[in-house]
Amino acid sequence: MLEQDVRYLKYKTYLSFYCPHCSKTFNVERQHEKSLIFNARYKNQDMVLKLSPFLDVFDIKTSIPLKGDDVLDDLLCPHCKTSLINPDVKCAECGSKVGEAIVSAYAKLIPFFFCLKHGCEWHGITKEDEKIIKLKIPRQDMPEQDPGIRAKNFQEVPYGFTTELALLEAGRCLQCKRPLCVEGCPVNIDIPGFIELMTKEKFDAAARKIKETNVLPAICGRVCPQESQCEARCIVGKKDEPVAIGRLERFVADYERKMDLVKVPEIRHSTGKKIAVVGSGPGGLTVAADMRLLGYEVTIFEALHEPGGVLTYGIPEFRLPKSIVKFEIDYLIKLGCRLELNHIIGNILTVDDLLEHFDAVYIGVGAGLPWFMGLEGESLGNIFSANEYLTRMNLMKAYKFPEYDTPMPKGNRIAVIGGGNVAMDCARTAMRTGSDEVTIVYRRSRHELPARIEEVHHAEEEGIRFRLLTSPVRYIGTDYNTIKAMECIQMQLGEPDASGRRRPVPIEGSNYILECDMAIVAIGNGPNPIIFNSTPDMKLNKRGYIDINPETGETSKEFVYAGGDIVTGSATVIEAMGSGRIAARAMHKKLSKVKPEKKTI
Amino acid sequence: MFEIKRKQSMAKNTIIRFDIEAPKIAKKVKPGQFVIIRVNETGERIPLTVADKDDFAGIITIIFQIVGKTTALMRSLNEGDYLLDVVGPLGKPADIEKKGTVIVVGGGTGVAILYHVAKGFKENGNYVISIMGAKEKEMLILENEMAAISDELVITTDDGSYGKRGFVTMPLEKYLGERYDISMVYAIGPIIMMKNVCKLTKKYNIPTMVSLNPIMIDGTGMCGGCRVRVNNEIKFCCVDGPDFDGHAVDYDELIKRNSMYLQDEKDSLLFSIK
Repeated sequence: MLEQDVRYLKYKTYLSFYCPHCSKTFNVERQHEKSLIFNARYKNQDMVLKLSPFLDVFDIKTSIPLKGDDVLDDLLCPHCKTSLINPDVKCAECGSKVGEAIVSAYAKLIPFFFCLKHGCEWHGITKEDEKIIKLKIPRQDMPEQDPGIRAKNFQEVPYGFTTELALLEAGRCLQCKRPLCVEGCPVNIDIPGFIELMTKEKFDAAARKIKETNVLPAICGRVCPQESQCEARCIVGKKDEPVAIGRLERFVADYERKMDLVKVPEIRHSTGKKIAVVGSGPGGLTVAADMRLLGYEVTIFEALHEPGGVLTYGIPEFRLPKSIVKFEIDYLIKLGCRLELNHIIGNILTVDDLLEHFDAVYIGVGAGLPWFMGLEGESLGNIFSANEYLTRMNLMKAYKFPEYDTPMPKGNRIAVIGGGNVAMDCARTAMRTGSDEVTIVYRRSRHELPARIEEVHHAEEEGIRFRLLTSPVRYIGTDYNTIKAMECIQMQLGEPDASGRRRPVPIEGSNYILECDMAIVAIGNGPNPIIFNSTPDMKLNKRGYIDINPETGETSKEFVYAGGDIVTGSATVIEAMGSGRIAARAMHKKLSKVKPEKKTI
Repeated sequence: MFEIKRKQSMAKNTIIRFDIEAPKIAKKVKPGQFVIIRVNETGERIPLTVADKDDFAGIITIIFQIVGKTTALMRSLNEGDYLLDVVGPLGKPADIEKKGTVIVVGGGTGVAILYHVAKGFKENGNYVISIMGAKEKEMLILENEMAAISDELVITTDDGSYGKRGFVTMPLEKYLGERYDISMVYAIGPIIMMKNVCKLTKKYNIPTMVSLNPIMIDGTGMCGGCRVRVNNEIKFCCVDGPDFDGHAVDYDELIKRNSMYLQDEKDSLLFSIK
């Protein structure tokens, strides 16, 4: 009955012991004060599981019980009955008698001493050897809501690491001298640095370490594609699964927040200069925080009635709780950043207006204009862009309709077109509205799905179906002009295209009808023209996004910087933050040479 | 928070006028542009075209008809109450350059928007012929205001209780048939009215602009809910409009899209009554 929940716990050190005399294997079983406590929820009952995991049992028949308060008198090998006590060695912690065995790790035999006093953890393994053993701790999974239960609620899916799990995972880091993971991070977090602080249980210090370079750790720990960034470069990952850097980042950020340890640094110096940040998404928030810490007066302009950009309107509650986004933004306000909501730059104030009052402007407005495929019937009722669907559900809280006034789009059989993270978000949100069937329709194969593996995995667990190598051709409506079906065509993969992925080619005559009473088009976004229309002297690139100097983030207009999706097209939260950081540095460098002028709003 | 400075009830309390204190918007808003309003924390975002402004006093005027939950809630607000969010100005301004003689046609609440545009035409030196229609005399709004900025004003009512009996298309056809100097027609009102006006002006080959009011969420181009088919291309009303070439708009599709949430609207009203 409980197996389903227990499977999330991996606490195996994979240490098998060899008797130094007869070379046969055995395990040491030990009752330990430190036990893993894991809160499980099953059939609406809360229960606590306690596991005592100091060393896992290798083979139950050959284990030696090590119990009681006192020091063991003697310890015999279960096979050859020779005493394992080594009289020449004493425990370095408590001075008790010590047993000796051999540990096998990565085909290397390492002498392993263990203190015979209950509760003492001394083992006498040298630092060098410890690294080898650490490799053998498997990557820890985060406990998460059962798929059957979570597919019906909007609460966050993973519970996050417990302290014990976090310590165990942190212990897997090799503390490389030349850490490649840092290079893999768009904002270059000192990853070994914060993990080392974690192993010393200094979680708040670890959080501050991350915040030196990343102002939004609780968010990045949740939504960054670590598997293609820091974790892709992890040395442990070369032979084993990489260190779960993202989960550790999330843990320390959550720890700091929950324990109320967040300290707002006092900004003593002032440059007397003012920065306007357009857009309060991840990029804008990064620029705002960086510049504020450098002593600038920062004002953030947001078009919607809530700050956070895609973090607020796009990413669903069950993946990124809005209370966390709010907390991180409140932190910026405590730092002294000003936030102006309901300000659409380009309309209420133009970039030129801003330049009259501010010394520099950062444009991080994102790519906000949804693409449609231009198919027949695309304007039928109950066909939405992913943006509209997610905005209704997340920003306007339509899932609480009619308590909230914005109606919730409903359907029993829902088709989501696209294979990115946004498509997964839409499909998983739709599942939670009580739909019978949610299907992802994607024109390439599983291998090309642009979504994070974790998201695809979560979606599948929640019962979302995948129709791969399939593309819609037209939508078919009812007499009431709402969608009732979608005509699809099957595809096959041809030659690689410019993006390096194999181009999908339709198979003629393979058309079939997929019944659905709602469709969500999640095929990406283009640039929003509002800011360009009012700033005609700002140069755009060939794709219609803002052209910048990649070294500095500066646009063709002096003192106007840009970054994130409005420069690159749809990308990730952390990439937007990375380009924000580059721009902030360049802005500071340039403005440091300019004498402050008196400007007023 | 945006304070309601003045409230006026019109047309048997089915149309309400608010003067809202929003100095930054008042400074920038041009005829034809709209704002998005959210009344309270649980409220929806609704688009409303700005009917007038006073940038010296920092006031914008909106005039709305009671059609659903949010507008009913807004009617219950009084002078001195606040609206939680007012965002704007949104959309492209109407093209009110000097053209010569223009006919502006408004039906129902559409007259509210029409007034701001017609005033703009007049200020730019056009000869403005206004045609405004309503169901009956009591439902007519802004008659005096329209009269003040029009060179010629024709009023029609469906039941003949005031002005000429019939629809706005009748005097329009008369003008189009008699006058050869009409450079443009601008129409705002129920979709079916705009459709019929355009049918007529197409016959006389007069350029016609219409102002559309589809379902909208954010109003900034982000959601695509306000998509309309113009010249067989998908356009977003909030950033590409709200004014479009009246001869190119697919009105039938627009009517269907606008009726998508009728049942939800009822559910929402029922919930608020409970």
